Amino acid sequence: MILRRPFFWIILVIAAAFIYVPLHDNDVSLREDLILIAIAIILASNLNLMIGYTGYVNFGHIVFYGLGGYLGLYLTTVHGWNLAVSALLAGVVVSSSAFLFGLVLLRLRGAYFALATIGILQAVQAFVSNFDPWGRSTGMYLSFNSYQSLGGARHALWITYFLIIAVMALSLIVSLAIKNSKFGLGLFAIREDEDAAVVLGVNATMYKSIIYSLSAFLPAVAGALMFFKNGMIDPSSAFEYMLSLEGIVMLMLGGQGSVVGAALGGTLYEKLRSYLLTSPALSNFHLVIAGGLLLIVVLFAPGGLIGWLYRLVPRAHKVIE
Amino acid sequence: MSALLEVLGVSKSFGGLVAVSDVSFSIAEGEILGLIGPNGAGKTTLFNVVNGVYKADRGTITFAGKDITHSSADKIVHLGLARTHQIVKPLNDLTVLENVTVGACFGREHLDMAAARKVASEVLQQVGLGNRADLVAHSLTVAGKKRLEVARALAAKPKLLMLDEVLAGLNPTEVATMIDLVRKIRDSGISVLMIEHLMQAIMSLSDRIVVLNLGRKLVEGKPDEVVHNSDVVEAYLGFPDIVDRLTRVE
Amino acid sequence: MSGVLASMVDGLLVGAVYGLAAMGLSLIWGVMDVINLTHGAMIALGMFCLHFLYAATGINAYVLLLPTIGFGLVIGLVVYWVAVHWVLGRSMLMSLLSTFAVNMMVIGIGTAVWSTSPYNVNFVLPGITMGAYTFTGNHIAAAISAVVIALALQLFLYHTRTGKAIRAVADNREAAELMGISSTAVLSIAFAIGIALACTSGALVATLFPFTILSGAVYQLKSFVVTILAGLGKPFGALVAGVLLGLLEGVVTPFLAVSWIPLIEFGLFVVVLIAFPQGIFGKRATR
Repeated sequence: MILRRPFFWIILVIAAAFIYVPLHDNDVSLREDLILIAIAIILASNLNLMIGYTGYVNFGHIVFYGLGGYLGLYLTTVHGWNLAVSALLAGVVVSSSAFLFGLVLLRLRGAYFALATIGILQAVQAFVSNFDPWGRSTGMYLSFNSYQSLGGARHALWITYFLIIAVMALSLIVSLAIKNSKFGLGLFAIREDEDAAVVLGVNATMYKSIIYSLSAFLPAVAGALMFFKNGMIDPSSAFEYMLSLEGIVMLMLGGQGSVVGAALGGTLYEKLRSYLLTSPALSNFHLVIAGGLLLIVVLFAPGGLIGWLYRLVPRAHKVIE
Repeated sequence: MSALLEVLGVSKSFGGLVAVSDVSFSIAEGEILGLIGPNGAGKTTLFNVVNGVYKADRGTITFAGKDITHSSADKIVHLGLARTHQIVKPLNDLTVLENVTVGACFGREHLDMAAARKVASEVLQQVGLGNRADLVAHSLTVAGKKRLEVARALAAKPKLLMLDEVLAGLNPTEVATMIDLVRKIRDSGISVLMIEHLMQAIMSLSDRIVVLNLGRKLVEGKPDEVVHNSDVVEAYLGFPDIVDRLTRVE
Repeated sequence: MSGVLASMVDGLLVGAVYGLAAMGLSLIWGVMDVINLTHGAMIALGMFCLHFLYAATGINAYVLLLPTIGFGLVIGLVVYWVAVHWVLGRSMLMSLLSTFAVNMMVIGIGTAVWSTSPYNVNFVLPGITMGAYTFTGNHIAAAISAVVIALALQLFLYHTRTGKAIRAVADNREAAELMGISSTAVLSIAFAIGIALACTSGALVATLFPFTILSGAVYQLKSFVVTILAGLGKPFGALVAGVLLGLLEGVVTPFLAVSWIPLIEFGLFVVVLIAFPQGIFGKRATR
């Protein structure tokens, strides 16, 4: 089934390249570049499940990443748990909570839901800033010996990198699998016309909650891994409003609804972002340029780069999904 | 033979507006029941109550022996009751085939993707959209979209198909094709409940007709009986003796 | 207990400004089914507009509201023609994203130009003292200004041709067009008015509290809560609901830290929407 889709193998090749290239030359600076791209791809492709597949805009998507980061760091630092276990558990806890919240929140239709997600980000950030066990507004720091169990800091960073690449590959594979499944078809129906979908037999409430919690799982795991690697977390870095907005820009830029669109948009935007942040003249205009890009895409190319590709080469649909 | 669908004493109001009031009727297997009445009579509202989009304020609805009065729309489709909409609702950015596959996947038989696609292709052939399967839904003509709507409902393998003004907006040729299709559907064993305004169509297709006016059932019976009923004529045209008045030679 | 009462009166006065802000949001939403995510940024722009007008001229800040309204109208027209007009027929998602993009750009430019250090409008009117409590003149003047502008809007919508045209288009765009109303002209004016209301309410807030380019976001949330409570396209209802929200804040503030208020308002927002899943007056959020 999924093994027959050519794009599945393309994903594996890309993941292999991400691992092999920096490792081969022990190129730490390349690894750091690639890890940011990988995170961008993880966030964008999981956001795609909500926006591109189901048509529900989640402005607060970053919440899952940040909460995963907090939970993961808490379990590894305070309780000394194994990284992989902590990350997985963080994913499970965050996505289960998302499912429960989703059952209530997703009763709000389209635009109302989008508005509510803006508020969720504020609410969670406020809560975490006042939550003692997680260091309130100072946040938490990783104790250095947490890296010992993974063979020392250098080793630990590489292992964390591999795990993040694995999560990236998984995100893309999950997107691909859903896109070609009955579940995915139900989501597309909801996106096109939710009332019609219900009348056709789609249990919209359940499907929306499931995809909402699914879109939370891998970002939460990635958050746990990433903040472990960073060695620290605080409310403003965990729930960076910008990252949430940027996820949306990445998705629209690349082409919402397609698997590769999220990956492409994530990669391109991440490159743009690092260029902007290091350029003395333009660093202040980061937000302006992101906004401008989004506006241009929405007005002139709502299908993003991939949409434009599909129009040029209709057959590309079958391979580049 | 027990009724396939049994609607008993159903009422539905919206705030102060009574849309449907104490309506009862039943449909037997293999029957085409026409539902007619002037605009605003409550026909579409009744449809919406039967298939679970609205909840009835009073009354019961029984389908294939099960009480569906409080069931949600998606569960009702799984039991075998499918419907089309007066204003068609195509899944615009999906292809025609994908549209119908949705119907097949989430219908009565809970098919997987591969089986659903097969069923969808067959249904598309049946309704005459086979050669447009890969077109994007929003690019179809009105007639095409109406047929798509019917195909999607058929793909759910219903026992009862509810058609809401499926002939509206069609030219005479298209009407004839659609009437033919409805007959074929009934002949394949599916009961049909249809709202229609086109009198000749409803007269020739229906086994029985139910007339609604101002939310209430006015009359029920065979097409001939109903059309000559003076209450019905009055509801549509205002005067019970209008036929005489119009045809009287002065 | 009279501390709470004083807080309530203050809240009531500020609430009138909330109502004015919400009227802007509600008007645009009701007339063209666009959820204006630039609302917060426009409120902030209004704050800066008044600041610079006052710094340059020294004229009574409340008189300077008039050019602020003009500023808002102009900005509103610009935003309409840049981002809104082209997405009107498309899905709600597109208009959310396009207004969101403009919001990002305005905040970005604002942060680059004005950084995030607080600004204020140094204009103070003498207040009224009752017993141990003083109600600042600014609070009173702001509330009065809000009500006056709201009344003016009401008069405009119900007693002028353009106003009636706006209501006609809001009611049924096709029918209005069939009757010869240029819906584009009407929509652009309605949008501009909505933005002007946002800017003006921002200016009023600026006379009460210090602000930065990021301050608008908090008032955007309040506007959404008020709009949902009052119902779409009912501008005067928004004023009343705004006052009620202000009153609620006044009751709560003596007992809770200020940072809890947005959370409570968010909770209120979600609860009200869930109790009325199709929006209070049955308007579907998606088409």
